[in-house]
Amino acid sequence: MAGNTPSPSEYIRHHLQNLTFGKHPENGWSLAHSAEEAQEMGFWALHLDTMGWSIAMGALFIWLFRKAGKVATTGVPGTLQNVVEMVIEFVELTVRGAFHGRNSVIAPLALTLFVWIFLMNFLKLIPVDYVPEIFLRLGVDYMKMVPTTDPNATLGMALGVFLLIIYYSLKVKGAGGFAKELSLTPFNHWSLIPFNLVMELIGLLVKPLSLGLRLFGNMFAGEVIFILIALLPFWAIWVLDVPWAIFHLLIITLQAFIFTVLSVVYLNQAHEHH
Amino acid sequence: MNINMTLIGQTIAFAIFVWFCLKYVWPPISNALHERQKKIADGLDAASRATRDLELAQERANETLRESKEQASQILEQANKRSAQMIEEAREQARAEGERLVAGARAEIEQEIHRAKDELRAQVSTLAVAGAERVLEASVDEKAHRKLLDKLAAEL
Repeated sequence: MAGNTPSPSEYIRHHLQNLTFGKHPENGWSLAHSAEEAQEMGFWALHLDTMGWSIAMGALFIWLFRKAGKVATTGVPGTLQNVVEMVIEFVELTVRGAFHGRNSVIAPLALTLFVWIFLMNFLKLIPVDYVPEIFLRLGVDYMKMVPTTDPNATLGMALGVFLLIIYYSLKVKGAGGFAKELSLTPFNHWSLIPFNLVMELIGLLVKPLSLGLRLFGNMFAGEVIFILIALLPFWAIWVLDVPWAIFHLLIITLQAFIFTVLSVVYLNQAHEHH
Repeated sequence: MNINMTLIGQTIAFAIFVWFCLKYVWPPISNALHERQKKIADGLDAASRATRDLELAQERANETLRESKEQASQILEQANKRSAQMIEEAREQARAEGERLVAGARAEIEQEIHRAKDELRAQVSTLAVAGAERVLEASVDEKAHRKLLDKLAAEL
């Protein structure tokens, strides 16, 4: 931080504040200049950093894989094609293990989720002060770089998966079949329909919530620890930062994988008749 | 941690990326992968087939070699037999020829002897007649004594 050194709690709060653009009750559509202002904007606000970085990472994914796809040969693959094929084969294998129906959407969906989330998580390994500091010099107050530490991003993706679950449930089982599944399981008796309905609806809604919150929780906790480490004296930072970053290499991959696999599993359930 | 429009925005971004991946990213790479898999499988197949072919060919070659060796030895044996036979035949022929020559020569000699004897006999009879003429001082009627002279000649 340039100039006066902020207190640790200020520093942490600053790092965890998104760059918010929204409709402020007093200022109208504007950038929020403090956490309180962002709070006051309510629902009609957009986290520009989250959206920007996530779209950038998504575009990077599409660009890289599209590039590999354009030059994809059946002969000897190049380096990029090799890497891309490795990822695709891994995803394909995972999907084949978890998904038993026939649906050509699932594998590309899983690939997108896995690579996109991985790339977004990967942003975390860039030291916590680098990019925010650059943006601060450019006059941008807040920059929370890792989209997956924003529950909006993780729950947004989970919502996408949830909509697909509903869509495929209706498509495969029909409205009647889906309703029957919700009301007659686990207890197949008419008197227990309300009970079943409550249970099943909770179960259904918990799926996207758990998906999104698990990813968010893991990433957020990791980010907070990175920020705490960054508060240490400079000679102590690397002692903790390096092991934590190495450990996080595992975490970011694992969390991307868990999100992907669970999405596939949920979609598989949506395809199966009970 | 405010929940706001970012949630919707992220869902839309997610939908767009998934659609793009489904449309433009997944198919070419997946196709290339599967095609290569097929190509490799075909290649391995062809290789194993070629190995089997090679084995067969080697076997056939060995067989042919063995057969030809056998044939060669057979031919050699035959030739040997034939040459021995030829030598034998030639020897036989030579001996027969020799015998024939010897027999011919002997026959000629005998003939010669006969002829000489005949000549001698004739001369002896003439001589005898001449002698007798001289003794008798008269000529002997050759026609009258022909029979006698022949008989004399035959006795010689």
